[in-house]
Amino acid sequence: MKYVMLIHQGTTPLPGSPEWDQLPEEEQAAVYADYQAINEDPAVTPGLPLGLPDNATTVRVQDGKTLTTDGPFVTVKEALGGYFVFEADDIDAALEMAARVPAARLGGAVEVRPSETYW
Amino acid sequence: MVTAVEQVFRDEWGRVLAALIGFLGDFDFAEEAAQEAFAVAAERWPQDGVPPNPPAWLVTTARNRAIDRIRRDRTLAAKTRLLDVPEPVEDEVDETTIPDERLELLFTCCHPALALDAQVALTLRTLGGLTTEEIARAFIVPDETMAKRLTRAKGKIKAAGIPFRVPPAHLLSERIAAVLAVVYLIFNEGYGGRTDLAAEAIRLGRALAELMPDEPEAHGLLALMLLNDARRDARFAGETVVLLRDQDRSLWDAGELADGRAELERALALGGRGSYVLQAEIASLHVDDPPDWVRIAGLYGQLARLTDSPVVELNRAAALAEAGDVEEALALVDRLDLDPYHYLHATRGELLRRLGRTDDARTSYQRALELVHADAERRFLEERLEGLG
Repeated sequence: MKYVMLIHQGTTPLPGSPEWDQLPEEEQAAVYADYQAINEDPAVTPGLPLGLPDNATTVRVQDGKTLTTDGPFVTVKEALGGYFVFEADDIDAALEMAARVPAARLGGAVEVRPSETYW
Repeated sequence: MVTAVEQVFRDEWGRVLAALIGFLGDFDFAEEAAQEAFAVAAERWPQDGVPPNPPAWLVTTARNRAIDRIRRDRTLAAKTRLLDVPEPVEDEVDETTIPDERLELLFTCCHPALALDAQVALTLRTLGGLTTEEIARAFIVPDETMAKRLTRAKGKIKAAGIPFRVPPAHLLSERIAAVLAVVYLIFNEGYGGRTDLAAEAIRLGRALAELMPDEPEAHGLLALMLLNDARRDARFAGETVVLLRDQDRSLWDAGELADGRAELERALALGGRGSYVLQAEIASLHVDDPPDWVRIAGLYGQLARLTDSPVVELNRAAALAEAGDVEEALALVDRLDLDPYHYLHATRGELLRRLGRTDDARTSYQRALELVHADAERRFLEERLEGLG
């Protein structure tokens, strides 16, 4: 089965922020190493890195007219931080993979969504 | 009069359904096939007699029906594991070919990716064979809500890939804890008055202890449920709760107490010191006349360290008071952060009463009354208040 792993940053410090700088160096190194290990896992198809939700533009179409709003669909705090695809036999493996994502232990969460074929 | 089919349904539904889910890989399809097989049994057994191995007969019949249906409806085959359909053989009834997959089913139903209320409902539906309406009534929700809850849970099992298996070693202990918690929750729902649920929980507990014979907590949980259930008839006088020391011991079920103690012995022999074993040990000591309150308080202390639960500390306080140390018990109660919990105030009221502080006791009982929901508990507190004069 394919699972789409949606990474929500929550209060996870982003590299470059003052909160990130307060993390001990070993922790910073561990975060990079963990993401790298996940991306190199043969069952993982990494997603493209997402830019900041601050820079998002949201598009709606009403009565044929395109409406754009500045910012993400949800609030900046709730915006998606990243994603990857994980192939596994069952949800147990996907839940274990989700727990390896650094954001899950640093104030964010990972949503595990099974992929579905609709057409 | 319970017919042979009804009896087999009660005893074997879970096992039959588990084997079919294992074979067909689909909850709804397996449930339909099992229901069909029980319908055939209800028709045939009264004339032909009950087969020597009823569950094997039911699984074989259900399986054959399911295979027939798949043949008729090829599109369904794409949705199940049965792409390569074996020949149905109606007479091939051999117990060794019917695996007991109840444990796999339990772990699937109690998977942490499902919400707790869904775990409970699914366990009662699949292992217990309760109807959706019965489960809805037991949890006081509309039938439609319960039906949706079950449908959603079954849908998620399929869509999200929740496996039908006993979890691998590194996941096992937390998953066992989840299964035990669901069974105990069902028991406690029943202990609050719905007897059929408590009986159902004990049946599930027996199955668990049988399926995991080396797991002390499984025996501990079964022991705990049996020891509490044995005192059920003595717990209420009419509609009022009766305290343990005032209970009529002749109403206790001696056979069930002995069963519970035997299970506790098993758990202790397996080296169990988990929370269910400790609770069962406490329940067993409570039955002694007079109970060894010092030991009970000590066990509550162990349990409090294990669970970090203020409710357990409250029970330890009550045991300390029974052991004669009312002052220390009161000091312990006053350290607990449990204001919304009516038992805290009821216990506090009782301790103050024993210390002769009637006015303070009255205040505590009144606070407990403000917080209590169950009618029987309310009446108990009202009687306590009247007793203070």
